[in-house]
Amino acid sequence: MIPVGRSIIIIAVCAVCTFALRALPFFVFGKRKVPELIEKIGTLLPMAIMTTLVVFCIRNVSFFKPGDYLPTFISLAAVTALHLWRKNTLLSITAGTVCYMILVQLVF
Amino acid sequence: MKKTFLYAFRHSLPVMFGFFPLGIAYGILMQSSGYNALWTGACSTFVLGGSLQFLMVNFFGSSVPILTAALLALLVNSRHVFYGISYIDKFRSFGGLARWFLIFSLTDEAYSLHCSHYIVPGVNEKWAYVLTSGFVMFYWVLFSVIGAAVGSLITFDTTGIDFSLTALFAVITIDSIRGAEKKYPAAIAAVSSAASLFAFGADNFILPSLIITIASLIICQKIGEAEES
Repeated sequence: MIPVGRSIIIIAVCAVCTFALRALPFFVFGKRKVPELIEKIGTLLPMAIMTTLVVFCIRNVSFFKPGDYLPTFISLAAVTALHLWRKNTLLSITAGTVCYMILVQLVF
Repeated sequence: MKKTFLYAFRHSLPVMFGFFPLGIAYGILMQSSGYNALWTGACSTFVLGGSLQFLMVNFFGSSVPILTAALLALLVNSRHVFYGISYIDKFRSFGGLARWFLIFSLTDEAYSLHCSHYIVPGVNEKWAYVLTSGFVMFYWVLFSVIGAAVGSLITFDTTGIDFSLTALFAVITIDSIRGAEKKYPAAIAAVSSAASLFAFGADNFILPSLIITIASLIICQKIGEAEES
């Protein structure tokens, strides 16, 4: 472990940087009216960011052998199919996760 | 208030399952690097960002200059800069402390849950947002502290349980596409992120991907306006 003071400085710096990123849009448009273009983009962004986050989650999947990628893609397909069919968030997530756990622990 | 509390708990439940293995793993890593539960709790409370916190363990263990640490922190969490754009007016309308707490706690998971709120009568909107973020933060701090304190005692196999976060994001993506009048932003994001992943690699793709996506959305918006007039 490095000196306590340096550890605290690292935590503080990382905390401030993270907060600054999250707060930036609010500082930029803090007091004035949000421009119409930004407002429009703001309504389109959630589905675009969510799509990107799904890719972010599976970014480290490799394709050397079927066992590397099949659990992820089979489970994602199961989540998608189940959710389109039943529209039950908790059910889709639980079933998809159980499916994935079985595949990585027992099958592949 | 009780109804709002239960709503936020139920709404945030998938994140609890996802944070369980992640938080425990992080706590164990901190412990093994010489940082006890108190340090782990402090990191999880003040930084509140999984990927950066894992990276910070490397900062602790080396003589990385503070400026480098700051730049890496900004880079790793850069995607968070776009999350607020959809909530400028909404968070402003909540006012005061609620607004700053929601900004502070705007993680990937909190953002996803905010994208998928279904406020029903009897649920207070402002408190639904605040409590949802509060639960997300609570799970993260709680599980990472447990991981640091007693993580090595957990012996049952939780391999794969972290898929619940992927599943949560997938489900929210489906809901947001299904509920939207215009669905092209999802297609743009899919193409842009796949192309960026291929071009920049797993560690660096998300920032260029989001910049390309937003630039494309602005262009589409401008073209749409030009066609209308």
